Amino acid sequence: MSISVVVVVIVAVLIFGGVGVFLVRPKRGSKLQLGVSSEADVVTGSSERVATTEAERSFDVVEHRRGFEGSLPKSRSLLGAALARMRSKRALGEELWIELEEALILSDVGIDVSVELVGSVKEKVFREGITSTEAAIQLLREEMITKLDRGDRELNTDATPPVVILFVGVNGVGKTTSIGKLAAQLSSQGKKVVVAAGDTFRAAAAEQLEMWAQRSMVEVVKGSPGADPASVVFDAISHAAAVGADCVLADTAGRLQNRQNLMDELRKIRRVAEKASGTVSEVLLVLDATTGQNGLAQAQGFGDAAQVTGIVLTKLDGTAKGGVAFAIEDKLEIPIKFVGLGEGIEDLAPFDPVAFVNEITGDVS
Amino acid sequence: MFEALGGRLEDALSKIRAKARLSEADVEVALREIRTALLEADVNLLVVRSIVDRIREAAVGAMASRSLTPGQQVVKAVNDELTKVLGGESFRLTYASRPPTIILMAGLQGSGKTTASAKLARYFKSQGRSPLLVGADLQRPAAVEQLRTLASQIQVPMFSEWTSPIEVAKGGVAEARRIGRDVVIVDTAGRLTIDADLMEEISATSKEISPNYTFLVIDAMMGQDSVTTAKAFNEALEVDAIILSKLDGDARGGAALSVKEVVGKPIAFASDGEKLDNFGPFYPDRMASRILGMGDVLTLIEQAERTMDEDVAERGAKKLMEGKFDLDDFLEQLRQVKKMGSLKGMLSMLPGVPKELRNVEIDEGELGKIEAMISSMTKKERSDPASIDSSRRARIARGSGTTPANVSALLKQFKEMQKMMRSMGIGPASATKRKAKARPQKKGRKNRR
Ligand SMILES: Nc1nc2c(ncn2[C@@H]2O[C@H](COP(=O)(O)OP(=O)(O)OP(=O)(O)O)[C@@H](O)[C@H]2O)c(=O)[nH]1
Ligand SMILES: Nc1nc2c(ncn2[C@@H]2O[C@H](COP(=O)(O)OP(=O)(O)OP(=O)(O)O)[C@@H](O)[C@H]2O)c(=O)[nH]1
Ligand SMILES: [Mg+2]
Ligand SMILES: [Mg+2]
Repeated sequence: MSISVVVVVIVAVLIFGGVGVFLVRPKRGSKLQLGVSSEADVVTGSSERVATTEAERSFDVVEHRRGFEGSLPKSRSLLGAALARMRSKRALGEELWIELEEALILSDVGIDVSVELVGSVKEKVFREGITSTEAAIQLLREEMITKLDRGDRELNTDATPPVVILFVGVNGVGKTTSIGKLAAQLSSQGKKVVVAAGDTFRAAAAEQLEMWAQRSMVEVVKGSPGADPASVVFDAISHAAAVGADCVLADTAGRLQNRQNLMDELRKIRRVAEKASGTVSEVLLVLDATTGQNGLAQAQGFGDAAQVTGIVLTKLDGTAKGGVAFAIEDKLEIPIKFVGLGEGIEDLAPFDPVAFVNEITGDVS
Repeated sequence: MFEALGGRLEDALSKIRAKARLSEADVEVALREIRTALLEADVNLLVVRSIVDRIREAAVGAMASRSLTPGQQVVKAVNDELTKVLGGESFRLTYASRPPTIILMAGLQGSGKTTASAKLARYFKSQGRSPLLVGADLQRPAAVEQLRTLASQIQVPMFSEWTSPIEVAKGGVAEARRIGRDVVIVDTAGRLTIDADLMEEISATSKEISPNYTFLVIDAMMGQDSVTTAKAFNEALEVDAIILSKLDGDARGGAALSVKEVVGKPIAFASDGEKLDNFGPFYPDRMASRILGMGDVLTLIEQAERTMDEDVAERGAKKLMEGKFDLDDFLEQLRQVKKMGSLKGMLSMLPGVPKELRNVEIDEGELGKIEAMISSMTKKERSDPASIDSSRRARIARGSGTTPANVSALLKQFKEMQKMMRSMGIGPASATKRKAKARPQKKGRKNRR
């Protein structure tokens, strides 16, 4: 297919269908120029980028002197090492801010939030005349913990039963496994649980959930491969209602948030689940701790499609810190509710902000 | 919030673009933005440092050049550097002189090993080989079943047994010899690099079967941890090549750069979808521009080729050029383009899209409304919107669950679009120039199919 054909068609649809809606009205007079050349022809736009903070500015200068030298951090507590180095220093210098910012970035908190956090700590340090490194680090911790201070981390099961919890997320993050773990927890609390094999797409997805259901001794409702996932979920809820179950944990196939048709499918799953004889009380976005900044796009995409109510941050037992979850909570206000700490049935725990922040900021006492 | 990286970089470069010569301070300004762009793309911080250093050298060196504008110099230096890191020696697989050729798969949990194993098997089969898939993940529930299902989809035999991963791997190789399969692909359980037991297990498996190739599967959405992961696997196993998975997502994929820099082994394959044919060679240049967010037309074209009907697209483009694009054509194109993914995602891939456009919030639900309205029109109304009077408007609104005002807005908008397309040089006014260009391509295409 030739480039021009594709570009022209897409531009037409974009302008008319999407962008046009926005552009045509407010910007009647302005002349639109949309490049349709085949090279990445950079269009000059007016700069909106706010001035970089001081910390950011000086960041590069120092960084460039260091170089890569093939040495990579292997410790889990990268910041711990950095901090140990710093503690030997007397005054709070520019280097501290750089180190803190880098530690946050290396935990996948993201550059914007990292700069913001360090900026506000720095301001406090100057305002309050703090001179010790430890106190400054403690301030960073407090700042982060304060940001994570919210009262809605409990799993919401207070609704007309059966209470439905939908698990959504991109491929391979740990949806099915998390359902297995949560099913075991809920049933050990005396709740009657049904799991719904709403992933009718991936090879052996239903079998996988079935095995988890056996482990956690709960009932599973599944459809045939390729069946409509929304109907499977609906059937599971109806079945749960009929047998007087308390909870339905519904699995869904992994999907990338940029696939419109699959996100539409998810919308439908949620819509249909709402219509069944239960209450959708939670839609949990499962997020892999190794995920980078795309996590934000995931939270936004799934949030739009399925009104996510909480996050399950999996694979925190590895070397990744899952810092993007911090950014997501901070920016999109979706609470992290659970963390996955292994592949075993008991490796699911309520999210603990202090432990999470301590992992990111290293274990300095 | 999710400002395209390209936007950020474009801003930085536009500041220096107009200058006749670049000062070192100018270069530093650009480098700072490049650093931010790379970090936002999930390139590991330490890798970013070394890359930025090298770009600085290249950029300063290029400052002497008179053939390029300053902006171009920096862009070129960045692009060259990234392509160099991502590319380098390309992967060439040579089959073992004494079959079978043994391939060991490794990676973190959920990275895409099992899927990639099946994709590889499919690939080898298409190369005229006879692969055997071996399911040595005895840990994850239904992992063997998953591989068995995939194997049967591509009609490739599969071997596994409930012993131990090492025994299965060994048994798989023996089985291949016995039944005369010449490539063996061993799928393994996902493992964390700090899980000493499991790392030991895979390294023992590797020693036992001495694979000809060890592939490390890396998720394109991975963040800063990519470096730790790649390094640890490479130390335990001597990785020969990397398979990058889930490239069909909208992650910038900086992990590719980090892993390549750390392991120094080629990225052999790119996996870009759940279906077993979503697999192919890796293109360093495309990845470079993707990481930089510079608008990846090539990816767009690939996506288009996968999901769009060429004849339909062609017809639409032709009608646009001739100024005969009506609502019926629009509906047809809309349905096609929707299959490709979100409009916002596509917008970010189009080259030269102004920043104001990139940041536009597109209400995809609006599209559904438009689709419903056009669907409720008769064929005649679609080709001649002017014929839609108020009673027709009311009928269309009823049929599509909208209001007559919505219908009017749509019609007005359609007129605006036609004007806008014309102002952009798409339409009869510039048809001669474009047609002349389009024709030879058309011929080429015919030959190819
Ligand atoms: N170490 C570790 N591994 C995990 C954790 N949660 C899930 N896993 C593993 O991650 C892999 C993927 O988990 P699944 O539950 O299959 O993920 P999923 O989201 O259902 O995947 P798809 O349905 O294929 O999209 C499996 O190997 C799990 O054992 C965790 O908290 N820690
Ligand atoms: N969109 C997309 N999904 C993929 C791709 N490759 C794999 N997947 C999906 O990612 C999920 C995990 O893939 P698997 O092949 O099961 O991953 P794995 O590494 O074998 O996982 P474990 O065995 O649990 O460690 C599945 O849902 C796959 O369908 C890809 O390139 N694109
Ligand atoms: Mg699953
Ligand atoms: Mg697997």
